[in-house]
Amino acid sequence: MKKKRFGLSMSLLLTAGLILGGCGQQGQEEPKTDEGKVSEFSVAMVTDMGGIDDKSFNQSAWEGLQKFGEENGLKKGKGGYDYLQSKGDADYATNLNKLVRNDFDLIFGIGYLMTDAITEIAEQKPDNKFAIVDSVVEKPNVASITFKEHEGSFLVGVVAGLMTKTNKIGFVGGVELPLIEKFESGFIAGVKAVNPNATVTVQYAGAFDKADKGKAIASSMYASGVDIIYHAAGGTGNGVFSEAIDLKKQDPNKEIWVIGVDRDQYEEGKVPGTDKSVTLTSMVKRVDVAVYDLATKTKNGNFPGGQAVEYGLKEDGVGIAPTSKNNVPEDVLKQVDEWKQKIINGEVKVPTTRAELK
Amino acid sequence: MSENRLTNILVPVFAVILGIIVGAIVMLVSGYDPIAGYSALLYGAFGDRYYIGETIRQVTPYILAGLAVAFAFRTGLFNIGVEGQLIVGWLAAVWVGVAFELPKVIHLPLAIFAAAAAGALWGFIPGFLKARFRVHEVIVTIMMNYIALYVSNAVIRSVLSDQGFKSEKIYPSASLRSEFLQSLTDYSTLHYGIIISLIAAVVMWFLLEKTTTGYELRAVGFNQHASHYAGMNVNRNIVLSMVISGVFAGIAGAMEGLGTFENVSVKAGFTGVGFDGIAVALLGGNHAFGIILAAILFGALKVGALEMPSAADVPTELVDIVIALIIFFVASSYLIRLVLTRLKKEGK
Repeated sequence: MKKKRFGLSMSLLLTAGLILGGCGQQGQEEPKTDEGKVSEFSVAMVTDMGGIDDKSFNQSAWEGLQKFGEENGLKKGKGGYDYLQSKGDADYATNLNKLVRNDFDLIFGIGYLMTDAITEIAEQKPDNKFAIVDSVVEKPNVASITFKEHEGSFLVGVVAGLMTKTNKIGFVGGVELPLIEKFESGFIAGVKAVNPNATVTVQYAGAFDKADKGKAIASSMYASGVDIIYHAAGGTGNGVFSEAIDLKKQDPNKEIWVIGVDRDQYEEGKVPGTDKSVTLTSMVKRVDVAVYDLATKTKNGNFPGGQAVEYGLKEDGVGIAPTSKNNVPEDVLKQVDEWKQKIINGEVKVPTTRAELK
Repeated sequence: MSENRLTNILVPVFAVILGIIVGAIVMLVSGYDPIAGYSALLYGAFGDRYYIGETIRQVTPYILAGLAVAFAFRTGLFNIGVEGQLIVGWLAAVWVGVAFELPKVIHLPLAIFAAAAAGALWGFIPGFLKARFRVHEVIVTIMMNYIALYVSNAVIRSVLSDQGFKSEKIYPSASLRSEFLQSLTDYSTLHYGIIISLIAAVVMWFLLEKTTTGYELRAVGFNQHASHYAGMNVNRNIVLSMVISGVFAGIAGAMEGLGTFENVSVKAGFTGVGFDGIAVALLGGNHAFGIILAAILFGALKVGALEMPSAADVPTELVDIVIALIIFFVASSYLIRLVLTRLKKEGK
């Protein structure tokens, strides 16, 4: 009996040996394949836990990178364009370093969570080029991309201020960070600019991934007479949409709206069984444009290392979604355009913090 | 006895191999090349000195988390709260790390001690409730995990930062990192924590196998009533076991706080290290040496898996499935044991 078992275990071990042996050879061959492509430009990005299908800025960034890759005839993978998804905080540094080791010419870190990892690795690898979105890293080999979210928020604030019937407007934030404060301050400034009588109720959910909290906050806001809610809360904002859709299903004539964020969220607001959407407009943040621009600049030898590039209305980095015309009347959109011009001309300065707002 | 020991070694080995084979089948069925997938995994874990450094860094907390689960288990307790004990340990270590600047010989041990004490406290509460009121430790430890998560988030927000999402970086005098290890592994996040975790493994082995206290702890694990009859203080041993388990878990948190991250940030969810520790302990047969091997396997899987999407085009989701399959077979080692005994009986 003992022999039989021994035989079985031996054969399994040998199989494992064969598999592992095969692995070793494969591993050695790999470096050869990318040696031929050294001259080409390659670019890659590391996402946070959201991944490239988060309906928010990771997805947007990947869209920009894909566009860049396709236009330049690059292939997905080593030597072309690629992404790595992080599954936890500990993966940021490993993933960034992995891209460095695969000789990517430009490496993006998407999101402020990667600030520390990029700062450290940029110092260790001074010859590599890095870029970070939504944060500023002051290193000669890092280009920082930030957005003037307050400017875009101002415009949707104008829409909200002109469209509200109850003069009560809501703002739902994710986590109380300086970044989200920009959304809040710009939005309130926009509302007040066109409708000084309107009040804006502000509430933070404390998380970006708690749709249930978003729904609860939206429910109490709508119940108190608020008719338009602007959310800057990522996944938490999905709860705001689902509450608005639920209310709309119960009473199709109820006039309640949601303003989306980051990407065009018209589809998120679709009421099932109708062709209507509760999404009034969306404040889009063109991470894709910024990523595409920076990759192109770097490819042409103009890498803005050490600089912080800010994308605002002027650069088309933020703005309102094109689908806004479905729910917003033309004269309102006209006024939005006028305000947009004023901001671009510098006639209006949009506040970025609560202190500036006052 | 020796045959029994052979089975103990064979079962986890079979489990891993089965997991690898089924994982390969899943990759084949989904249209990916399993050999390329596994070679990427292997390369991503050991292919280069940087990756070896990262793997060892990941193994460090796994060893300690595994020891924590196993220690309680040997006394007949399920410590599901390793995750929470790790989080409070992490917080305490960083707190000491940023609060003052001291000479390294004092600062570093003090930070680790703080982490151990925090973990011990988080282990003491469920241990005490179990010993005094017979409240089941599984329920209490699970709840303590959430308390740890949200309390530490609140402390990071209001005490360790000004409404920010992370603490300051700890002073170098409390750091486990070293330039020597970084230059050895081409700037990986490898730190000296691995030595601490290996020492912890030896301590656990010595404590359980070579001391009277360890004998009592194990006796309580085998049979509470018999131990009580033999004159042992069962309640004291339950509390002690949970406290020591918490110490290991707290130190695991210190490894993250003083080595890997050098700060602590607000967490949206659990780190997973504490829960993986349960699987590590299971695979390692709740034995100190086995746990080291199991932790190496888990660390390699975790770090190596990051290479699979880019090198072998295996999507991240499939990587998760393959890793889960390996863990599944490890956890169901009972089945394998059953099959082995059945075979043995048929042989006779």
